[in-house]
Amino acid sequence: MAAVILSFPTLQGLRIFTQRIEKVLIANRGEIACRVMRSAKKMGVRSVAVYSDADTHSMHVAMADEAYHIGPAPSQQSYLSMDKVLEVAKKSGSHAVHPGYGFLSENTEFAEACKQEGIIFIGPPSSAIRDMGIKSTSKHIMSAAGVPIIGGYHGEDQSNEKLQAEAVRIGYPVMIKAVRGGGGKGMRIARSDSDFLEQLESARREARKSFNDDVMLIEKFVEDPRHVEVQVFGDMHGNAVYLFERDCSVQRRHQKIIEEAPAPGISPEVRRKLGEAAVRAAKAVNYVGAGTVEFIMDAQHNFYFMEMNTRLQVEHPVSEMITGTDLVEWQLRVAAGERLPLLQEDIMLRGHSFEARIYAEDPNNDFLPGAGPLLHLSTPSPDQHTRIETGVREGDEVSAHYDPMIAKLVVWGEDRSAALKKLRYCLRQYNIVGLNTNIDFLLNLSGHPEFEAGNVSTSFIPQHYADLFPTPKAPSGATICQAALGLILQERNHTLGFTQSSTDPFSPFGSSSGWRNNILFNRNVTLQVGDEVNHVTGEVEMEGGASFLHCTVNGVKSRPKLVILDNTVHLFSTEGSSQVSVPVPKYRAGVGGSGAQGGAVAPMTGTIEKVLVKAGDKVTVGDPLMVMIAMKMEHTIRAPKSGVIKKVLFSEGSQANRHAPLVELVEEEEQAEGSSQ
Amino acid sequence: FQIFFVILLLFIYYFLINSGGGEKARRLHTSRGKLLPRERIDRLLDPGVECIIVANDATVKGGTYYPITVKKHLRAQEIAQQNHLPCIYLVDSGGANLPRQAEVFPDRDHFGRIFYNQARLSSEGISQVKAATGEEVSAEDLGGADLHCKKSGVTDHYALDDNHALHLARKTVRSLNYRKNIEVTIESPESPLYPADELYGIVGDNLKRNFDVREVIARIVDGSKFDEFKAFYGDTLVTGFSRIFGYPVGIIGNNGVLFSESAKKGTHFIELCCQRNIPLVFLQNITGFMVGREYEAGGIAKDGAKMVTAVACASVPKITVIIGGSYGAGNYGMCGRAYSPRFLYMWPNSRISVMGGEQAATVLATITKDQRAREGKEFTAEQEAAMKEPIVRRFEEEGSPYYSSARLWDDGIIDPAETRMVLGLSLSAALNAPTTKTRFGVFRM
Repeated sequence: MAAVILSFPTLQGLRIFTQRIEKVLIANRGEIACRVMRSAKKMGVRSVAVYSDADTHSMHVAMADEAYHIGPAPSQQSYLSMDKVLEVAKKSGSHAVHPGYGFLSENTEFAEACKQEGIIFIGPPSSAIRDMGIKSTSKHIMSAAGVPIIGGYHGEDQSNEKLQAEAVRIGYPVMIKAVRGGGGKGMRIARSDSDFLEQLESARREARKSFNDDVMLIEKFVEDPRHVEVQVFGDMHGNAVYLFERDCSVQRRHQKIIEEAPAPGISPEVRRKLGEAAVRAAKAVNYVGAGTVEFIMDAQHNFYFMEMNTRLQVEHPVSEMITGTDLVEWQLRVAAGERLPLLQEDIMLRGHSFEARIYAEDPNNDFLPGAGPLLHLSTPSPDQHTRIETGVREGDEVSAHYDPMIAKLVVWGEDRSAALKKLRYCLRQYNIVGLNTNIDFLLNLSGHPEFEAGNVSTSFIPQHYADLFPTPKAPSGATICQAALGLILQERNHTLGFTQSSTDPFSPFGSSSGWRNNILFNRNVTLQVGDEVNHVTGEVEMEGGASFLHCTVNGVKSRPKLVILDNTVHLFSTEGSSQVSVPVPKYRAGVGGSGAQGGAVAPMTGTIEKVLVKAGDKVTVGDPLMVMIAMKMEHTIRAPKSGVIKKVLFSEGSQANRHAPLVELVEEEEQAEGSSQ
Repeated sequence: FQIFFVILLLFIYYFLINSGGGEKARRLHTSRGKLLPRERIDRLLDPGVECIIVANDATVKGGTYYPITVKKHLRAQEIAQQNHLPCIYLVDSGGANLPRQAEVFPDRDHFGRIFYNQARLSSEGISQVKAATGEEVSAEDLGGADLHCKKSGVTDHYALDDNHALHLARKTVRSLNYRKNIEVTIESPESPLYPADELYGIVGDNLKRNFDVREVIARIVDGSKFDEFKAFYGDTLVTGFSRIFGYPVGIIGNNGVLFSESAKKGTHFIELCCQRNIPLVFLQNITGFMVGREYEAGGIAKDGAKMVTAVACASVPKITVIIGGSYGAGNYGMCGRAYSPRFLYMWPNSRISVMGGEQAATVLATITKDQRAREGKEFTAEQEAAMKEPIVRRFEEEGSPYYSSARLWDDGIIDPAETRMVLGLSLSAALNAPTTKTRFGVFRM
């Protein structure tokens, strides 16, 4: 069934036609799906969600007016399945499809297929997606339109020899990038001729996996560049505007982690040039809708076109915050054929905005993505200047099948330092227990003097590694006291709860007084923190569903948020978070791990992509053993020590669980000893 | 101030008892990585299900069963049976004490009765949880945890150490699916209006000096509220309703010897409590029933029998505290041990015997004097004094609450100031058992 499309001239008698969008299908999940639905609701547009098996109980499903199941958890069979999404669009009578970001957002065929079904694809024309999606083509176009570009090789000859020769011509370091790549996937840096081939092979492998295309381009790798991008918007009437730039320089694993708008330290002159270059780029491809033109910027504020993202970006809220716009609303209106709500001279830059991406990942373990339940989740309270863009609630699971982003924390302030202060204040109130997150890392990062000064670049994290990853400190005596108090009070609460719910609430047995006949029974909790004597008093109070420990330690009052899960006490205060673990009795710790010790283990659950060794192989420390694909990322498993492979425990294509030993590795010395005995 | 020495003595005794088999034995025990029995109990307890706990103390004679050990174990099981309390046994024992086998093995209420009781309790739906803490009776290869968990199937769970065993016991109790059904009304408890430690001054240590039992009641019951029943009739027995820790109680206390009126009033009150399903608390301070021709003629014997019948037949929970003297038939009328109160406690100033030492010595001396007179022999005052002295001394010794408690004639000597707590705990435990309708016997009219 084709969607109902009504065309009528506007009241002003303009010669253009608008199409009505009263129902929109959001072909995405997580926070962006929720984000789109919020704007849709505001505009009175009904929303339709699609969901996979893994998302049956997800927030975006609950928020939508209607929701349709589209298949199993792997995205290839659900969110990436064009047929299924289109079928739902037709079945639900949706007038338009909003693709969000990722998934089908930059898929030409999908945009084309929507058009053929008479459904509006909320995004640019498929020709623009195609032109911008292929990096070599996009650079030709931009070059022709007078947008500055950076040197590189975008040729057809994909032989190793040719690519390596081009790399030498451009000069190391070079970036090897999948032509159809994006989001850091299929992208590698080769620093010298010697590691070029390994990096090339790895980039190809990942690209094949992610995009089913392993055509590579080589370009100059600008050392310590800044990543600056301009939000542009075009309509069907030939208008295009820019909504100023964002700085997304601070990245890890080539993925953004903290973004801000406007870019710090940029003169109005450069800002205007950037914006105008971006608009030129958009106009060169007759751009319609929301797009982002990415530039790399060197220390002298020279900028070069990198690529154009033909979608609404993850970090779009910071642009909204400084311009007072709702870009999803713009998208819906422009897609319906309306003119841009504001023209360039009406768009004012006001204040400064930050976005911090809160990820389920382990910063101390190379930002390894994680998954698991959000056992405890409390957030700062949202207001006009504080936005929490999320697709999960307490109790939800961060699924291993999709992007591990938990939320985006977006704040606005009158100027950069006000916004940064606000960001840090809110980050401390963003408390998560259940899985590793990057919140503490974001706090270290946003509190770094160089970051505060606006001296950002894509090499920020490696440059300031020592400051950003301070050696973990043991919790202070006061913290341990708080934790101990928290545990005791929790026990008392359990006791009270138990007695209150029993049929005999006043029984002196329930009083937990520890009374013994003629014996003074004191349960002494002796807490020795060095030689200090600490005086601790306190109470637990509930506020807004969270427990706060109102306590006094040696006369100092504080009220950290208290979360006790399993054997760990989590304390969140305005000074940061700390964890105190209670030793688990050995009988509860379970039987010690058996199996191959001293081998390499899977860092997380995933699929073994490639096995590089076989039994009997000699390896030295750091040699690659296997390549694993997990959380959509490629992980190389390296030998933890030198030795001989005794047994390979997994074959290519098989699934390995987290911490599963992958190979049995015998140290050479061990073997020598073994044979001499 | 002598009463303070009495209380101090109590604490000294308890301190000694708590040290178990002495410093050396305790050190040996703990050096094996084992917890002391009271430590085990401390780690086992929480405010959940009320249980009876029997824990062997291996620091005392290797935890073996002496005759009094058997008696104590059986009494614990009796408490479990009467009050429907799950039993937890923390076993750390060498079994029957061999040199005393004749006193612990053959008879009905000897060692075998423990297992008989376990089977019976279990058949009544009273759960039995046994944790063999520490080393088992036999050597590891004969009957260790490995054998019994893996091969014989004798045991259900494998514990790595004491803490683990206690953890498993707690898990087992959690899965008993036990719910206490309170069949009485409960109210929010209030503290008494008067401080409990004033009891020391009120009672004193001279049993001959009388005190008003209402002074005691006022320091035990909720809000010091006591609805007295028949206050002006038979006033040597005080009866009335109160609450202790919110539980309803009918209190019967002595204010002097029992007369016919007092006994009839007591009987009436017990009947009321049984009809209303109100637990009874006896505060015993009694020299006996009134004697003398006039009272015999007035039928004191049949009136006393009425009260004894009522006490014996009442099937509401009965709890007795001996707060002063407990002599003769007064002990019966006021629910002594023979009347199976759910719990019986003694204050450290109290005395228990068939009659007072002086009185007993006089009776015996009179008999001797009469015998001598019949034989035409002289019985001088010196001889009489010499004869009476050891009798008085012996009664003094045997009437002591410690003599009683050591023989398990009671369930413990308590600090008077803790009476409210002890009664509250006892009532709470007693109310686990479902109520049964009282059927009184024939009252002698």
